[in-house]
Amino acid sequence: MRENIHRFFRAARGAGVHVSPAESIDAMRAVAQVGVSDRAILRDALLLTLAKSQDEKLALGDCFDLFFSQTEPPRQDQSEPDTADASPDADPAPPSGATSEAGEGQPPEGLGPLAQMLLSQDRNAVAAAIAGASGAASLSDIRYSTQRGIFSSRILDAMGLQRLRDDLDELTATNPALAERLRDALDALREAVRDTVSQGLALYAREEAENLRNEILRNAPLARIERRQVAEMRTLIRQIARRLRERYSKPRKRQRRGHLDVRRTIRRNAAWGGVPFLTAWKRKHRDRPKIVAICDVSGSVAQVSDFFLLLVHSLHEVVDDVHSFAFSSHLIEVSEILEKKSPEEAMAEIMSKVGFGSSDYGSSLVDFEKEFMSTLTPQTTVIVLGDARSNNLDPRADILRRISERSKRLVWLNPEGRLAWGFGDSEMPRYATFCTVVRQCATAQQLERAVSDIVATYQ
Amino acid sequence: MAEQKPSTAIEAVESGLAAQGYIASRQIATAVYLSQQIEKPILVEGPAGVGKTELAKAIAAWRGMKMIRLQCYEGLDEAKALYEWKYAKQLLYTQILKDKLGEVLGGAQTLHAALAQLHDFGDVFFSKEFVEPRPLLQALEQPGGCVLLIDEIDKSDAEFESLLLEILSDFQVTIPELGTVSAITPPTVILTSNSERDLGDALKRRCLHLHIGFPEQRLEERIVESRVPGISQTLRRQMVGFIHEIRSLDLKKLPSVSETIDWARVLVLLQASELDTEIVKDTLNVLLKYEADIEAAQPQITTFIAKAARSNVFG
Repeated sequence: MRENIHRFFRAARGAGVHVSPAESIDAMRAVAQVGVSDRAILRDALLLTLAKSQDEKLALGDCFDLFFSQTEPPRQDQSEPDTADASPDADPAPPSGATSEAGEGQPPEGLGPLAQMLLSQDRNAVAAAIAGASGAASLSDIRYSTQRGIFSSRILDAMGLQRLRDDLDELTATNPALAERLRDALDALREAVRDTVSQGLALYAREEAENLRNEILRNAPLARIERRQVAEMRTLIRQIARRLRERYSKPRKRQRRGHLDVRRTIRRNAAWGGVPFLTAWKRKHRDRPKIVAICDVSGSVAQVSDFFLLLVHSLHEVVDDVHSFAFSSHLIEVSEILEKKSPEEAMAEIMSKVGFGSSDYGSSLVDFEKEFMSTLTPQTTVIVLGDARSNNLDPRADILRRISERSKRLVWLNPEGRLAWGFGDSEMPRYATFCTVVRQCATAQQLERAVSDIVATYQ
Repeated sequence: MAEQKPSTAIEAVESGLAAQGYIASRQIATAVYLSQQIEKPILVEGPAGVGKTELAKAIAAWRGMKMIRLQCYEGLDEAKALYEWKYAKQLLYTQILKDKLGEVLGGAQTLHAALAQLHDFGDVFFSKEFVEPRPLLQALEQPGGCVLLIDEIDKSDAEFESLLLEILSDFQVTIPELGTVSAITPPTVILTSNSERDLGDALKRRCLHLHIGFPEQRLEERIVESRVPGISQTLRRQMVGFIHEIRSLDLKKLPSVSETIDWARVLVLLQASELDTEIVKDTLNVLLKYEADIEAAQPQITTFIAKAARSNVFG
């Protein structure tokens, strides 16, 4: 049983529940207290000790049901109800010779244990043997769906498939009818093993598969992801936003240790005749970021801007306020659209208003200076997202200089690689002079780093 | 106790709590049983008004222990939660003992000798007598054990959470001037949270995590039965059914168990024998606390009453 509980911990990790060694110790202690005979109580005990939030509880509950439906044999005609205790030895011998005698049609002597077990149709023994063999083949190490075949054959080998084949060859010569029955039983066995492996995959491999997919997605260029991945990318961006929130929203007031606030100390200790019993310390005041985001939504940059805006606007707890502007040939404010509508609708509306034109950085910057220059304060970080390709029109870098002078920082995120900057109609080098930082920003990972750095400068 | 079968022990917890008027689901009873057996605090999460605080009170009453409550709020620090020095008393005593001090130091010839003598009786003002125990320290000092309720931990700052870690895992606190104070009897610790912010992993790891949601219909009926004995069975069924329908709406604040109990009291007070549209409309403000919620629920009232009455027939 201990073995089973440990395998359950691995399955729980697969289901996305964080199980640390300390937690598994606690869980084992709890299990020792409540015992394993009552499944409902066992489930409650594991849920109480392992899961740390409501979401985890649901995931773990499902995992528990799946896991223990696996170890339980389909039929319960043994007197002992606790069949989950079936010994997970590698030895595939049937647990008792007596049950195999009871089967219809005396199986001839000289057959291997597996053949005898199959012919006697003892389903409990077969289930136990499959469970034992999957333990021996370490099914809990399965990670990818492509490994299903190899694990199936490993389990079958551990159960003694080789011996069964020999028996089958022999029987075909001596007793064709029995051979036919054995062949059917073998097919059924294969199917049962395949099911076990699929279940194992569902149990143990979920985490790995998800990690792999997310890892690939994080490093995929945002501008070129496929349509069906857009939704997945949105979830990923939301995860990133949550991570950034957790990292940066925490303590907002930190005392500046060692600096006595003399005035407040004297005032507070007036009651004791100015003898300082209670001291007051100076606090460091920290600003929260104010962000002005200016995003190019023309052609190839549009997709990146979309994800960027989604990320910035889901950082409410960390960021004081965000003003967003979108442009291709002229510039409009889009903060309100993004706040009020769902990401899909908002982006569609922005696109219908300013999207898909050929970009004109110069006139867009003129628009910004004319109408929105007042949104900039000395606490503002201005983020410009665009490829700086202005179709050979006047880039008006002088406006960017004024923006830079009025704000705390000016960050330029460019989805193009560094090599392309300055070639063709790219005005990046001219703009770069006035930027505090210029970074490449083509993948979700780069996006996360860029935003994380921006928020971190305020901490 | 240890010899008992776990399932009977859990039932004993359930009936023990029931005797105090707290109807616990089996999950809650299991959590209480386990926390006692493996000496771990319980972290209770769930929406407001489902009886998180009541649970602690019921446990205390059932075991006949004192309950010590620490209400958390922003800015709560160790001086208010753990201990504080009695500054005024220290000051007063130094004044009174001034002459005595002169006597003690009188024999000393040099400044060094005086200082050495002062060191000898040095820490007299930082001894147990001058410590003002706050809830956490009080809880550790109860000889017969107690139930320590740390209410709404999510309202406190992250720093305070770290302060709790030592108490939660080892049932002890360290006071720099005195050393480590260990619990005489480990208290039963209940923490409650409304999930206003995410608690740290370190804190969660040290606790059993119990989520109390809205109860199932049967359970809620039993809760109403135990809390408002005067209500008739049909009305009880109807009103609980009605509340379950209400909870399926998208409301700002869903009515929870405390609202159910309040409503039951109101209905008894108005001597209603059955739910009808009129009486529901008049008393809806007991259940729903926002104008917008009431407006959203108004048009549905008749359907919900009909549904509740229908489920009544089958139930």
